[in-house]
Amino acid sequence: MRHKKRMVYIVDGARTPFIKASGKPNALSAADLAVAAAGPLLARQPFKAKDIDEVIVGCVGPAADEANIGRIIALRLGCGHAVCGWTVQRNCASGLQALECAVGDILKGNHDLVLAGGTECMSRAPLLYSTALVEWLTSLRTKNLASKFKAVLKFKPRFLKPVIALEQALSDSIVNLSMGQTAENLAYRFNISREEMDAYALQSHQRTIAAMELKQLEEIVPLFDWQGNVIEFDTGVRRDSTLQKLATLKPVFDKPFGSVTAGNSAQITDGAAFLILASEMAVKRYELPVLGRVVDTTWAALDPAMMGLGPIHAIQKLLSQHHLSVHDIDYWEINEAFAAQVLACLKAVQDEEYVKTHFGVKSVLGDIPLTKLNIDGGAIAVGHPVGASGARLILHLLHVLKRNNARLGVASLCIGGGQGGAMLIEHVSEVL
Amino acid sequence: MDEFFHRNWSSIRDEANIAWLVLDKTNMSVNTLNAEVLEELHSLLQALQKDPVPLGLVIQSGKRSGFIAGADVQQFKDLETSDAAFNFIRQGQIVFNYLADLPFPTVALIRGFCLGGGLELALACRYRVAIDHYKTKIGLPEVQLGLHPGWGGTVRLPRLIGGLKAMDLILTGKTLSAGEAYKRGVVDAAVPERQGLIAARHFIQKQPQPRVAAFVEKLTNSNFSRSVLSKILQKKMALKVNKVHYPAPYIALEHWREQGVESDSAFMNEAKSLSQLAVSETARNLVRVFHLQEKLKRLEPEVTFKPEHVHVIGAGVMGGDIAAWCALKNLRVTLQDQNEQAIAKALNRAVLLFKKHLKQPYQVKAAMDRLMPDVKGMGIKKADLIIEAIVEKVEAKNALFAMLEQEAKRNAIFATNTSTIPLSELTQSIKTQMRLIGLHFFNPVARMPLVEVIAGEDTEETIVQKGMAFVRAIEKLPLPVKSSPGFLVNRILLPYLLESMLLLEAGIPDEAIDKAAVEFGMPMGPIELADTVGLDVCLYAAKSLSHYFGGALPVGLSKRVEQGQLGKKTGQGFYQYKNGKLVKKKLSDSYRLPEDILDRLTMSMLNAAVACLREQVVSDVDYLDAGMIFGAGFPPFRGGPMHYIAEQGESLLLQRLNLLAQRYGQRFVPDVGWTTLKIS
Repeated sequence: MRHKKRMVYIVDGARTPFIKASGKPNALSAADLAVAAAGPLLARQPFKAKDIDEVIVGCVGPAADEANIGRIIALRLGCGHAVCGWTVQRNCASGLQALECAVGDILKGNHDLVLAGGTECMSRAPLLYSTALVEWLTSLRTKNLASKFKAVLKFKPRFLKPVIALEQALSDSIVNLSMGQTAENLAYRFNISREEMDAYALQSHQRTIAAMELKQLEEIVPLFDWQGNVIEFDTGVRRDSTLQKLATLKPVFDKPFGSVTAGNSAQITDGAAFLILASEMAVKRYELPVLGRVVDTTWAALDPAMMGLGPIHAIQKLLSQHHLSVHDIDYWEINEAFAAQVLACLKAVQDEEYVKTHFGVKSVLGDIPLTKLNIDGGAIAVGHPVGASGARLILHLLHVLKRNNARLGVASLCIGGGQGGAMLIEHVSEVL
Repeated sequence: MDEFFHRNWSSIRDEANIAWLVLDKTNMSVNTLNAEVLEELHSLLQALQKDPVPLGLVIQSGKRSGFIAGADVQQFKDLETSDAAFNFIRQGQIVFNYLADLPFPTVALIRGFCLGGGLELALACRYRVAIDHYKTKIGLPEVQLGLHPGWGGTVRLPRLIGGLKAMDLILTGKTLSAGEAYKRGVVDAAVPERQGLIAARHFIQKQPQPRVAAFVEKLTNSNFSRSVLSKILQKKMALKVNKVHYPAPYIALEHWREQGVESDSAFMNEAKSLSQLAVSETARNLVRVFHLQEKLKRLEPEVTFKPEHVHVIGAGVMGGDIAAWCALKNLRVTLQDQNEQAIAKALNRAVLLFKKHLKQPYQVKAAMDRLMPDVKGMGIKKADLIIEAIVEKVEAKNALFAMLEQEAKRNAIFATNTSTIPLSELTQSIKTQMRLIGLHFFNPVARMPLVEVIAGEDTEETIVQKGMAFVRAIEKLPLPVKSSPGFLVNRILLPYLLESMLLLEAGIPDEAIDKAAVEFGMPMGPIELADTVGLDVCLYAAKSLSHYFGGALPVGLSKRVEQGQLGKKTGQGFYQYKNGKLVKKKLSDSYRLPEDILDRLTMSMLNAAVACLREQVVSDVDYLDAGMIFGAGFPPFRGGPMHYIAEQGESLLLQRLNLLAQRYGQRFVPDVGWTTLKIS
C-alpha cells in the first residue's frame, strides 16, 4: 500500500469584530480579544479545550504583561496546564505565520489538533519614556546633594515628549521610511494616482457593507466588552464614504504632496482571528466538519522600501512550485495595507520589466481581476490588527470558496521590513 | 526532644529549643475552643515554665481547615445562667492572660480562619504570623451571634491597633485577609505558606520589638477620644443596625468607652458584659440561626458533584446573576440569551461582582474567562448542568425543555429557576422529569444565601442529591423543598406582600407600612421589596398562586403593571426611583399607624408558614425557619417564623388571627395546621 501523505485540514474558525482605535485604549487587551474569538470557537466543537494539542498565536506587540501571549491565551481558554502555547512574530503576517507553524507541526506528525491564529491590540500600544528622560532620572540617583542639585537643573521639557511605540512599529528603521512612505514609493514607481487609490478604498467599504448586509461575514462572533456593550461588526466600516469625502483627506506620510491618506490606508484596529487545524485522524476521531485544506505556504523577501509588493513575490513562488497559473486560482485575498500597495501588486504582475528583473521570467504572470480579489472588501474597511490579519484572510477566503463552490484560493500579505507571505488553500468538505 | 500528648493538643520541642503547640481537636473537623481545650492549654503552658524553659513558643493548628474558628458555639448554647457564662469566659481570660505573661517570646502561626476566640488567643501571643492563603480570615465576628468578644479581644485589639481601628472590626464583625490584617497591624507578618515556619522561627530567635499602637492610634484610646469617638461611631452604627434588635455592638462600644484599655478591670467588665449578653434572647436566637446554617451546610450529601460546565439560559437579572455567581465560585459557565444586549448587561454586572469579591485583578480576569457569552446556545451540548431562567411562561419552558432533551448530554442535569410553577407542569416528558430539579435562587443572587432545591415527583434521588451538592459547591445554602406552588419562601412571602398592597389601598401611606415591617426587623419593607423584585414578577406570582390557593389580587398591583410601572427597574412602581435610588417621602410626624397593621403583615406570613408545615413543603420546623431567614430575610434575631410563634405562644397568635379574620375576612382564617401545630 502506498504511504498516504499527511494532510492538514481547517475545520472551523472565528474572529472578533475589528475595533477601530479611537485615540484612547480600547477596553480589551490582545489576550482578551483572543479569548473572545477562540472561546466561542472552542465551545462549539465536539471536543474539549483540553483536547487541543497546542496553541500558536501571531502577535506583533503584546502588552508588557503578555510575554508569550500564546501560552497565556491557551491557559485562559481552559486548555489546561499540559497544553503548550507559543507566540510567533513575522510583523504583518504573524497570523499567517502561526497557521503555517500549525501546518508544519501537523505534517510532521507532532500534533493532530492545533488552535492557531493571531491577535493584536493596537489601540493599547504604549507611550514610552524617551531615552533622554530615563538618563536624566538615572542621573538623579546620586547621594551627593550638590551633584543631585546639578542634575536636577539639567532637566529639559523636551525630555517629557513620549515615544509613540505604534509609530515606531509602523516604521522601517533600516530604510528609515514609514510604511505609508513605502506605499508612496510604489505609487511613484507604478504611476498610481490619488483618484485610483480613493476609488479602490471606496470599493473596499462598499464591498464590506454588501457582504455584511447579505450576512456573508458569518465568521464574526459578537464581542462583549464587559462594560455593558456588545459589538457585532467591524467598527471602522463607513457607510457614508464617498469619493468626494475621501478626496478631502490630507496625505499623512508625505506631507503635503503625497497621496496616501488615512482614507486609502488600512485602519489601525484591535482584533483577533483563530482557526482550528486538524490532521485526518483528528477529523475522523471527533467527526469534524471540514472547511478546506492548506496546500502550501511560501515566503519571499524584497527591498524593504518596496515592501508592499511582497505578495507578488510570494505568490510567484507559490504558483511556480505548484505549476499553477494565476488563472487557476478562483479567489484571491491580498491584504489591503494601502490601496496604493494592492494596486501596485496588480500592476506588477503585468509589468514585463518587473517580472523579468525580479523573477527572471519573460512572460507576465497574468491578470488578477478585481472580481476575484478581496470580493468582500479588506483591511481598508475592516482594519488591519497586524497580528490577526493573516488568520482573518484565510478564514474569510475559506468562506468565500465555500459560498461560491470554488476550489482554489490564495491569501497573501505584504510584510513590513520587505517580505511577503502567501498560502494556497483548497476548498474541500471532507477528508481526501 | 520532649513530647506530651493531650486529647486536643500536641507539644513538641525542636532542636533549636523552640516549643510548638499544635491544636488538633479530637474527632472534629474544625478547631474550636471549649473548657477542655482551654484546660489542656493552661496545663501545657504551665509545664513550659519548668526547666528547661524553651527559647520561645509557637502555637499553630493541626487542621488544614484553619487555625481556630472561635469559641465552641455549642458550649455557649448550653450555658443556662449568666453566672455559668461568666465562669466560662473568665476561664478563657485567665488562660490567655497566662499566655500573654509568659517570659519567652510567643508566636501564633495562623493559616485559615482565625476568628473570635481564635484571634483572642493569637492577640495574647507576642507575635502573629499569618499565612497569605485565600482561606485565611482574621476577625472578631462575635456581634453576628449577638455577642461581643470576651477573652480579652475588646481590650488587647484596641491596645494593639488603637480603638478606632479595633472598633471597626469588633462592631461590624468583618473579617480580614492575611494582607489586610498585616496592613492594619493585627498581625506582624503576612507571608506565603512556604515561608510560614521560617517566619515563626525568626520572631522567636530575633525577638524584634513587638508592635505597639502608633501615637495616633494610642491617642484614640484616651478618655477624651473615647467619649467623642463612641458618639460618632454610635451614630454611624445606628444607620445600619437597630439597637433594639441587635444590642451587642452597642454594648461592646459602651464597654470600650467606659473602661478604656489600660486597666485590668477592663477584662473583668468584658466578662461581665458578655455573660449578660450570652443568655439574652437575641443571642440565643442568633446562635440558633448559626446552627440552622450549619444544619443546611451539613446537608451536603455523599455524592460529590461539581459540574465542569454550567449552562444558564436567560440572561435576565436572575439568570445573569446566577451565571456570574457560578463563575465567581470557579465553575466554567456559558450564558445564553437570544438578546445580546441582555448578555452584555449581565456581563457588566458580573464584572462588578467579581471586582467586589476578588481582590486581585488577575482573579477578576480569570472569573471573566470562566463566564462565556453564548448567543447561540453552544454550551447546551457540553454542559453537565443546565439552569433555565427564562420568562415565567409554561409554554415557553415546555418548548425549551423539549429542545434540551434532544440537544443536551444524556447525563446532564436540568434545573429550573422558576419561582412558582410546579415542576410537573414544565415538561410532559418523563425522561426530562427524571433529571429535572428546581434550583430556586433569590434576588439579589449575590446577597441571598439560600437556594431552594426542589424535587419533582419523578425526579431521581441521585439528581436531587447532586443538586444539593452543586448548591454547596457554589457556597450557597441548599434547602430541600417539595414541588408545590410557590415552594416555601414565595408561598409565605407573597401573602405578606399582597397584604401590604391591600393596606396601601386602604389608605395607609407606603412609608408607614414599610417602616412597620423594618421595625419588626425585616431587611426592607414589603412595598419596597415588591418594587425591587418587580411588580410584573409579583403579579405573575400572585396570579399563579391564587390559581392554586385562591385569594383576590390587589387592584393597584394590576393597574400599575398595565401602566408599565414595574418598580425599580422602570423607575416607577409604588415608589419613584431616580438613578435606581428610591425617592424618599417624609412621613408626617403626626401620623399614627393603626394598631393592627403589623399584625396584618406578620400574621399573613405566619399563617402561610403553618400551612407549609402542615403540607410538609419542608420536612421540619428548622428548615422552615432557615428558609425564611436565609431566603427572605425574616429577622434572624427572632429565630425564624416558627420559633417566633413558639416564643409568642401559639394560642395568643391564634386569637389575633381569629380577630383579623373577623375584621378582614377569609384570608385570615387560621390554617387547620394551627390545631396540630407542635413546635418543640
